[in-house]
Amino acid sequence: MLTVGSAAWAGGGLRPNAFPVLCLGGGMNAFVARHPAWSLVMIFVVVGLIWLVFAPWPPGFEEVFGRKKLFLNATFNGVTLGGLYFLVASGFTLIFGLMRNVNLAHGSIYLLGGYFGYMANDITGSWLFSFVVAFFVAAFLGVLLQIFVFRRMEGEELRQTLVTIGISIVLADLMLWVFGGNSWQIQTPTWLRGPVELPFITAVKSSGEAVYLTYPIVRLAIFAASIVIGVGMWLALNRTRIGMIVRAGVDDREILAAMGVRIQLVFVLVFAFGAGLAGMAGVVGGTFQSLSPGEDTRFLLASLIVVIVGGMGSIPGAALGAIIIGVAEQIGLAYFPTYAIVLTFVIMVAVLAVRPQGLLARR
Amino acid sequence: MALAESRARRDAQSVPSEWIRRIHPAAALLLALLIIMPAIANSFILVQIFAWSFILGMIALSLMFLAGYGGMVSLAQMTIAGFAGYMVAIFGVHGEPAASIGWPWWVAVPIALVLAMIFGAIIGALAVRTEGIYTIMITLAIAAAFFYFTNQNYAIFNGHTGISSIPTPHLFGVNWHNAIPFYYLSLLWATLAWGAVTWLSRAPFGLALQGIRDNPRRMAALGFNVNAHRIAAYVVAALIAGVGGILLVWSNGQVAPGTVNVGAAIDILVIAVVGGVGNPIGPFIGAFIYAILKTFALDILVTLALDGNRFRLLIGLGFLAIVFFSPDGVIGLWNRWRNRGTLARVPSGGGGHG
Repeated sequence: MLTVGSAAWAGGGLRPNAFPVLCLGGGMNAFVARHPAWSLVMIFVVVGLIWLVFAPWPPGFEEVFGRKKLFLNATFNGVTLGGLYFLVASGFTLIFGLMRNVNLAHGSIYLLGGYFGYMANDITGSWLFSFVVAFFVAAFLGVLLQIFVFRRMEGEELRQTLVTIGISIVLADLMLWVFGGNSWQIQTPTWLRGPVELPFITAVKSSGEAVYLTYPIVRLAIFAASIVIGVGMWLALNRTRIGMIVRAGVDDREILAAMGVRIQLVFVLVFAFGAGLAGMAGVVGGTFQSLSPGEDTRFLLASLIVVIVGGMGSIPGAALGAIIIGVAEQIGLAYFPTYAIVLTFVIMVAVLAVRPQGLLARR
Repeated sequence: MALAESRARRDAQSVPSEWIRRIHPAAALLLALLIIMPAIANSFILVQIFAWSFILGMIALSLMFLAGYGGMVSLAQMTIAGFAGYMVAIFGVHGEPAASIGWPWWVAVPIALVLAMIFGAIIGALAVRTEGIYTIMITLAIAAAFFYFTNQNYAIFNGHTGISSIPTPHLFGVNWHNAIPFYYLSLLWATLAWGAVTWLSRAPFGLALQGIRDNPRRMAALGFNVNAHRIAAYVVAALIAGVGGILLVWSNGQVAPGTVNVGAAIDILVIAVVGGVGNPIGPFIGAFIYAILKTFALDILVTLALDGNRFRLLIGLGFLAIVFFSPDGVIGLWNRWRNRGTLARVPSGGGGHG
């Protein structure tokens, strides 16, 4: 697992010899060889989804499922929301994977980053700069947490979890005190405002002319950015020295410390990075949704469900879980609005019942 | 006052065969004090402080039972309590006759408790598939799911407004909603719940559960069905939480999604941890502190020239201080203070956390 070229980092595993998930190439063949029936089902599902998105729908179809525009919009909203969920959950899962601590203050860090990003955007008028501010404020809070809380109670998982619950109560009340109960929205910069036309057919007019989907450009930009961050994290973990150290720490941190790596420094850096990601996600969330008290719990729960579905400690798992939960939430909102949020919990329960360790966990 | 009893209880733990004899003085004193309390305190104190802390204490006690003896920290206990409350309202009588089934309370209450136990068994069956900190996350997610469900379901749970005008039963010519009868009712059930948990902790089932907490693999090797014991513990906890939930609904006369939201679930954890999860009396001490803080926080904060709305900040900081300095709660502080002279003895009760 320590070879730099290994593409098998899935995190969270305790057994180094366990079956590595999401190896591109070889791993996929191994999966197909192992589960031919499941692979076939998955291929059918993927092909079906691609057809649903790209092909113009036959007339009878629209009567059953509603207009294609509704479906496409829900899917796009779901995928872009999944991008936001990934930003929050990846930090959460990264911290868990390396340090084995469940940071239930992660949602508070998200909201704090969002509020500071809002202030930075308000004062300087630069949207991109607000990301920098949010990242560093959140990362600084993460460093404080790691040094003054988690380092003091290393290995006491339950106590750490309880402390983070306490911290989230305190932070939530402090933020309510300072920022009040109103909801805030970060202004989208002018160069990202407005819709863009995408090459997806939503309907065909009687004249035979195709109507294409228009979609807010800012959501696409943010989704692209989260893909870039996700790929960047994957590359950093799999192709760099620090990534190698982090992966080794996931597998066995005692041995790593014994080999002379300054493990506490690595912990602080990873915690700062994970918290910083949550802070940046706060700016993203504040731009295409809003910031208000209660959002911290909402995003904490979202990241909990995402990592439970995807597999604790696994970055690819967080990506898969985020997309599944985001799409399920938005499709649910479009087709049966009353029980949209419950649908995500049904998915979680189903995953727990079938694969308790999560879809892409190694254990 | 309750602290004195904890001392007796702690001593009693070391000699199980003599515990009935040794528990008596302190427990009897406390019980006598609580029984004559209506002569001392006014009805506001009786209901807002005492009855409320008995009820919250019972719900937290169910969490203490799972966490202290089973090593499973479940955040879904408030959810089960709220579920039982909803069921009593729906099967019994409430403000909208059309939406309630309208059965008498002595039918509705057993049904609600059985359904709460089934609900607890389902939550347990899901939660025991994972361990330790995963259990916290999964039960937290279940609690949130139930909150959203009640918030959005209008057919059964009447959505965001919840269900109101739920009557407390009249029995033996007594209106049990009045302060003094309700005080005794909640005192009775709290005492029974405390006694049941205390007894169960020494019964074979409780001992097996503690064995599973300490070493599940060894217990499995000895032939115990680990998951069945854990799920049974969830069912017992659901029964206790269900009784607490029904009393809570009778006390307030209403139940709404706000009763079962994530904040309420976390408050129950805070109560149990602040009191101490190593001893069944702990949750009641925690609930007593919580009820006093919640009722008088405004006055306390204003007296200290601070903003009265910062109640949750106070609770959070107190919780943090307890978790930082005394992982076994107020009881742990008491034990350490009592043992300050005897250096040889290690403060006990630290093994409460799974």
